[in-house]
Amino acid sequence: MAKSKSTREDRTYDAIVVGGGHNGLTNAAYLAKSGLRVLVLERRAIVGGAAITEELRPGFWFTTFSYALSLLRPDIIHDLDLVKHGFMPILMPSTFCPKEDGDYLLLGQDHGENHKEIERHSKHDADAYDAFNHDVNKVLQAIKPLLDEVPPDIFSDDPEELIRLAALGSRFRRLDRKVLHDAVRLLTGSAADFLDDYFESDILKGYLASTSIIGTKVGPYSQGSGLVLLYHLLGEHDGEFGAWAFHKQGNGGFTKVLARAAAAFGAEIKLESPVEHVITEGGRATGVALGDGSEYHAPVVVSALDPRRTFMELVDPRELPTDLVDAIRRFRFQGTSAKVNFALDGVPRYPALGDRTDQYRGFTNIGPSMEYLEHAFDDAKYGWYSKRPYLDCAIQSTVDPDMAPPGKAVMSCFVQYAPYKLRESDWDAERQGLGDTVQATLESFFPGFGKLVLQREVRTPLDIERTVGLSEGNIFAGEFLAPQMYFFRPAPGWSQYRTPIEGYYQCGSGTHPGGCVMGAPGKLAAGQVLKDRERGRLRGVKVGGGGAGARGAAARDGNGTGRTAAPAAARG
Amino acid sequence: MIRTTPFHERTSALNETGLWEHWSNCLVAQRYQMSEKFEYFAIRNAAGMFDTSPLYKYRITGGDAERFLGGVLARDPRRCAVGHAQYTLWCDDRGFVIEDGVLLHIADGEYLLTAAEPNLAYFQGLIGRLDATVEDVTEDWGVLSVQGPYARDLVAAVAPQAKDLGYFGIVRAKVAGVPVLVSRTGYTGDLGYEIWAPAADAVAVWDAVAAAGKGRGVIPFGMTALYMARIEAGLVLLDVDFHSSRFAWTDADRTTPIELGLGWMFRDLAADGGNGTAASSNGHDGHDDRAFIGAEAIKRELREKTSRWQLTGLMVDWRDYDRIYDAAGLIPPKDHTPIQDEYYVYDEGLNQLGYATSQMYSPMLQRHIALARVPLALTTPGSRVKLELPVAHRYEYFDASVTRLPLFNPQRRTA
Repeated sequence: MAKSKSTREDRTYDAIVVGGGHNGLTNAAYLAKSGLRVLVLERRAIVGGAAITEELRPGFWFTTFSYALSLLRPDIIHDLDLVKHGFMPILMPSTFCPKEDGDYLLLGQDHGENHKEIERHSKHDADAYDAFNHDVNKVLQAIKPLLDEVPPDIFSDDPEELIRLAALGSRFRRLDRKVLHDAVRLLTGSAADFLDDYFESDILKGYLASTSIIGTKVGPYSQGSGLVLLYHLLGEHDGEFGAWAFHKQGNGGFTKVLARAAAAFGAEIKLESPVEHVITEGGRATGVALGDGSEYHAPVVVSALDPRRTFMELVDPRELPTDLVDAIRRFRFQGTSAKVNFALDGVPRYPALGDRTDQYRGFTNIGPSMEYLEHAFDDAKYGWYSKRPYLDCAIQSTVDPDMAPPGKAVMSCFVQYAPYKLRESDWDAERQGLGDTVQATLESFFPGFGKLVLQREVRTPLDIERTVGLSEGNIFAGEFLAPQMYFFRPAPGWSQYRTPIEGYYQCGSGTHPGGCVMGAPGKLAAGQVLKDRERGRLRGVKVGGGGAGARGAAARDGNGTGRTAAPAAARG
Repeated sequence: MIRTTPFHERTSALNETGLWEHWSNCLVAQRYQMSEKFEYFAIRNAAGMFDTSPLYKYRITGGDAERFLGGVLARDPRRCAVGHAQYTLWCDDRGFVIEDGVLLHIADGEYLLTAAEPNLAYFQGLIGRLDATVEDVTEDWGVLSVQGPYARDLVAAVAPQAKDLGYFGIVRAKVAGVPVLVSRTGYTGDLGYEIWAPAADAVAVWDAVAAAGKGRGVIPFGMTALYMARIEAGLVLLDVDFHSSRFAWTDADRTTPIELGLGWMFRDLAADGGNGTAASSNGHDGHDDRAFIGAEAIKRELREKTSRWQLTGLMVDWRDYDRIYDAAGLIPPKDHTPIQDEYYVYDEGLNQLGYATSQMYSPMLQRHIALARVPLALTTPGSRVKLELPVAHRYEYFDASVTRLPLFNPQRRTA
């Protein structure tokens, strides 16, 4: 901690990370592990960003925002010794999909049992489900390595980048034709088209299509929903694609583990320290200024905030190339999801299952058909929240009993659609209306649900923005749309975690590969910082290797400018 | 004819899978629900209930019971006061392990001893002129194991006397009006207790514990989850990690306690090869001068460092694991199902060094782990070896590092 009588000396670090969410903490931990003196500045009184767990009622722990773990990159677990610090992803062994007619689809860990359960709805779909999983797994196997690599810079003439681009091309050229075709269909097409090729059952398609809309302003019939589906299927629990885990004490428990790991490597984490802006001198970052006027100095500043805040708020747009500023202005946030969390007096009863409760050990998916999901989207298209929303619910106390007192329960409900911009109203006026809509939807599936509710917490996109700082409440720090992914995340030419300002880096979910508590942006950005230090790209940081021969970040402006008309191409 | 345990009325109703294993001719659940991994997480994050009744149980009584056990057991039973239990083993006179078990000193001159296989004739044959009797009381007891972080709360709720029971302590209590023994023991490497109830009243004890755990995620767990937990805890299993010296054909199938990593049992053993006539010493001076079966051989092994190998933990390098599977065009499997079979361990030059006896992917440690026998020179933690495993129908060699046992060892286990 800073001493009471601070001098410039003890406020000087090797690197400052702005934002203590999972990516900021991951970034800080990697940098600290490499021997840098790192300071993390977090605006709030707790670490975790959108991955927090809060005791809003004595004994009841709410995963306020982010609510499950799946896409976290395995190398982070090992590189940062997270197991030693309490990393504990608990299997969520089932998925429960109630239908509007009172029936349900309940999938679990037993392959044969899943067949029989799907056969209740469609005998055709039982083996189609295996074929679907096999085909998708082949695509996932091909795509997965991209999550762990910095995207090649397609606008650069650097031989190293050209080699990387060629390697990428040859990797895809080696793929089986069908696998590559499936990949392109998923990356550019709609989830509905893809699923219709395999299945006839509404409930099964509804369940699978639900992950094609999460966090994104698309319906299952929209082009682009295939990409969101693919992303969520990329998640894995202990090597199994598409499986999800609940971290002990929720994702807040997970980010506490990350913070402990970062601290163990020597990173210093300062809470309640909102960064006002990044200090720049002569085109390079030299530190940050806080809201109270205090300053911290470092030759490396890494923003874990979203692209809008990184480029439009922490620095002055005038310091940036116009094409970058334009690209960030065009970058879509338009959050469309909300959270409604409940403290319950017990687990709800589903009439068709009598007194059974083991169906709640995983997600409860209120999205009984693709039509249901598309109708929910229709409302959002015209600026309102869904009258019958899609709900991704989890009674987390059934997986981690420490989340609620004995016999009680906490239930997290991810709600879609809830567009950030409401037509002729605002979220301060509609917050409880959304809560009532969600509760009424649950009541229709679980008669008597309302009587179990001890407390309800409604978090609209506006609340997400206000509390966490994610622009427009977008949970991925920018939508998962093809023109905003990979080479183009967050902007053409700036997908390698650097910025036009030397020493200023980005590591939030608005960079490749994106949100979903992957940690990959934080890790990959740390790699870039360390590489630049090693090569002496950062002036005054490391001896040797620098000088005229080094391609400083500023030199990259020229390459980027004037060659950034590519986003439309990706829409293909 | 297959038999059932005293808890069968409950376990049969709870077993949704219809999958059972035979353990000492008794039905025990392989798993109760479709996901044994969920049962495993109950052990690590809440509490699980396990029916451990089929274990053989012997009652040893008489004025010379302690002296008898002192001559038979390799670990000094004089250090196990009334109200305490002790993990122990017994050896042949060449210092090779016959079996292991838990000794409970339940009253003056009265002990219980567990064993995986029948040992009655063996023990009775060693009594000679001593005032001691050994009876098989296996079927007298139903033993309910309660394991996991909530275990103390559950046991305290049904048997308040057991609330402050120390690690390997024993206390008499009443659960649901049934007189029981509670021991702070288990086979999971977690905080855990075993409740010994008279067979006829055992169901009432099960019900009391289940009621105390209601609404808290407490579930019964089967053999698969037990094996997962025991491998993480480095607890050895007969006929998997070692074999009974009595029935082994060659010394290659025999193992000494020190080779099994249990040398700590002999810290107080007189290393000078004492004459063994002082078995009457009370042992409280910290000096173990007993003449137990195998003592001379064990002392010699300690003195001359003649152990052939030692059981240790292995952690497979996850990057190497993924790399090898990726190269084979396969998605790297991370299967928690224990493989209790032999796989070979090599050096960098692919010379065989030893072998693994149990392995699995550990969800808690997020790695593939193994229990393996390696030469003494490689027992230093961090030593690098290669584990041979079949991938796509051919053997591949995975980087692994030697790690001290237990691989998973939460503070709550002994706290």
